[in-house]
Amino acid sequence: MALSDKSRNEAVLKAITANRLRDGEVIFLAPGPGLGWVERLDAAALFEDAAAAETALAAAKTKAEGEQFAVDVYAFDLRVVDGQRVPVKTRERIRALGPTVRIDLGKQAAA
Amino acid sequence: MNHIAPGRNAGVYSYDDIDRRFVAERVEQFRAQVERRLSGELTEDEFKPLRLMNGLYLQLHAYMLRIAVPYGVLTARQLRKLAEIGRKYDKGYGHFTTRQNLQFNWIKLEDTPAILHELAEVDMHALQTSGNCVRNVTTDQFVGAARDEVVDGRVYAEILRQWTTLHPEFTFLPRKFKIAIMGSDADRAAIRVHDVGVFAKRNERGEVGFTFYVGGGLGRSPFIGKLIRDWVPEEDFVAYLEAILRVYNQYGRRDNIYKARIKILVHELGQEKFTQEVEEEFARLRGPKYRLAPEVVDEIRRRFGGPAYETLTDEPESFQAAKSANPDFARWVAVNVLAHKVPGYAAATISLKPAGGIPGDATSEQMELIADLADAHSFGELRVSHAQNLVLAHVRQDELFTLWTALEANGLGTPNAGLIGDIIACPGLDYCALANARSIPLAQAISARFADPARQQLIGELGIKISGCINACGHHHVGAIGILGVDKKGEEFYQITVGGDPTLTTAIGDILGPAVTADETVDAIEAIVEVYLSNRHDGERFIDTLKRVGHGPFKERVYAAH
Amino acid sequence: MPLIKDGRIVEDDWVAVADGEPVPADRPAVVTFERWQAERASFDGRNAALGVRVKSGTLAPAIAPDLDRFALVAIEFPKFRDGRGFSTARELRERYGYGGEIRAVGHVIPDQYRFLLRTGFTSAEAPENTNPESWAHALTEITVAFQPSLDDPQPLSLLRRRLGS
Repeated sequence: MALSDKSRNEAVLKAITANRLRDGEVIFLAPGPGLGWVERLDAAALFEDAAAAETALAAAKTKAEGEQFAVDVYAFDLRVVDGQRVPVKTRERIRALGPTVRIDLGKQAAA
Repeated sequence: MNHIAPGRNAGVYSYDDIDRRFVAERVEQFRAQVERRLSGELTEDEFKPLRLMNGLYLQLHAYMLRIAVPYGVLTARQLRKLAEIGRKYDKGYGHFTTRQNLQFNWIKLEDTPAILHELAEVDMHALQTSGNCVRNVTTDQFVGAARDEVVDGRVYAEILRQWTTLHPEFTFLPRKFKIAIMGSDADRAAIRVHDVGVFAKRNERGEVGFTFYVGGGLGRSPFIGKLIRDWVPEEDFVAYLEAILRVYNQYGRRDNIYKARIKILVHELGQEKFTQEVEEEFARLRGPKYRLAPEVVDEIRRRFGGPAYETLTDEPESFQAAKSANPDFARWVAVNVLAHKVPGYAAATISLKPAGGIPGDATSEQMELIADLADAHSFGELRVSHAQNLVLAHVRQDELFTLWTALEANGLGTPNAGLIGDIIACPGLDYCALANARSIPLAQAISARFADPARQQLIGELGIKISGCINACGHHHVGAIGILGVDKKGEEFYQITVGGDPTLTTAIGDILGPAVTADETVDAIEAIVEVYLSNRHDGERFIDTLKRVGHGPFKERVYAAH
Repeated sequence: MPLIKDGRIVEDDWVAVADGEPVPADRPAVVTFERWQAERASFDGRNAALGVRVKSGTLAPAIAPDLDRFALVAIEFPKFRDGRGFSTARELRERYGYGGEIRAVGHVIPDQYRFLLRTGFTSAEAPENTNPESWAHALTEITVAFQPSLDDPQPLSLLRRRLGS
């Protein structure tokens, strides 16, 4: 899963993620003012500057935790490489897709 | 051929109405806690320890539910229920753990009360499989069967299970607390790397007593447990543990999670001072209130019942003939089968480590097949080993071939118990929220590299243990070869240790050199094995050769290319 | 903050006195252990009941010599996960024979109420807006226990007892 040299040239963006309280599903903050959530990284809001991500994170965290909707709300880094959204860290790639040892399971299987 | 009616317990603690009532109440208590969480009455901070005490973690993809298999012993009926839960609420498989439990990886919080309710139907639960409380007590996977056994550790493990269940004083300890107990002179339960490790033994009058080691543990600061008392009489077993836990609860550090285990307290106070504190508390507690009366022990022992063994002789003719006629069977017997205390019987390990497979994973179908085999060949009883395999502990030797044939036909006959392919691995970064690196793909690559059973047998006893982070759930410190996953600027690297030993000669492995990539790790293992084979004397185990020749030759070969 | 006793919210007869504030002479008052140590002579001849509040790190042996001066010991839980107070209460009862009120203060949750009672506490300070039903429910939801404690009159054996509600 090492990143190619090419991908290192792409800009680092941010997305916001959490786990849904009632079932633990990995979710991502959706674009738009409603602070809604989606299950796929492809549909997530992306932030180009860190300050905007911080603002959105604070608002999303307050709302999602206040409504008992999500837990562990945080932002992570990703790049867009050849049109694909690729998290910088292996951990986030695995969360966005599913276990690398069971590609029949998780979000990667539903594609 | 059924020796007993299916579903009847043989050698498994049988619940009575009080046990059942308790577990049912606990399920309803958790149901209410979940409702209070979903309604917002409980914050996540408040709910987390409550759900952990019911074995429920939040992992990378979903909740993970760790179900207790007390001291690793369960019935075929219970295993079938686990298979059913796996199919109904998870994704058709489960993962057996190094604490002899089973965990499901894809659980929904809102389903958990229903799952716990179903578990209660077969006298199972997920109590205290996590949290800062006393965890599932572990023991020898051959307990009650091994020829070298002196005391049946199940009875005392069950006493501890009960005594520690919702203990009012010790449910919010500084950190988790793990106890292991062995009833043989051998150590198959890694006694000296537990918070408390106990050897049950007998004195010259035949009375039962216990030797206590305290303050062992792996993780960030590995320590080997210190002997604090050589003989605690049976009647003081509970009082002595109560004293240890009270000292720990009061004086254990709560300012730093990495220094909160009892091993740090023992280390900081010193063995002598710690022992003195425990002995003073014990002197006050010792008395009628905490006395473990012989009648209580007998009552627990009675609840286990015991398999109705037949009078047989060892090495019956049909067994010998099958071995001669079938070398693969003979290999499986040589590697996976252990002598039983009753003549004519044997304990068989069912390896959950096929070459290239995920260590400890079993599908619902496999669990059901194994449950059927347990009914047919082992009195409906089985065990989970801390090496993440299953064990049928009481198989007639003249039925071993039938058993092996059924296992082999279903991919469960891998002859590698204790060999290089029998790798212990934590779930790692594929599932675990704490991990820094993946463990499973490395285990798969190593076991695939050493797939040849003949080569594995030639290499002999060699435990590889892999952890995906410093918490050491894969026990890498005590692997003959240990592998620790680390994160270096977002990339996975692996640090190799050698010379670890979980048995009586407990040792923490030494780091061989700088961490390497996953691919390099597999080559490094191969290099280590080659150096061992070219240096070993006749009959010498890997760790013995290592001790004799030192790290030099191994290090040189592994890092030759660097 | 609401005070829980016998599974319900009750009036609190005690006043908690912050360090530096005057201690009322005519009603039961709780002072910190630190103040007690510094000003103990000032309490000589006091008629109204006196209570002491101890931090979670102050263990039973530290206050044992003065126990006969206190009608109440308030044990602080800085976070509900800090379980030292359970041992402190138990030691006060079993080791030092303390018979006064033992109160849990700070952060405790209803799910700990049964544990508190079983280790010798008599009352607990609940968070504002607490749900009183959760405290009442905590006394009835589990009716079996497996270890000796301070609230079992008739154990069935070392490992078995039925809990009253």
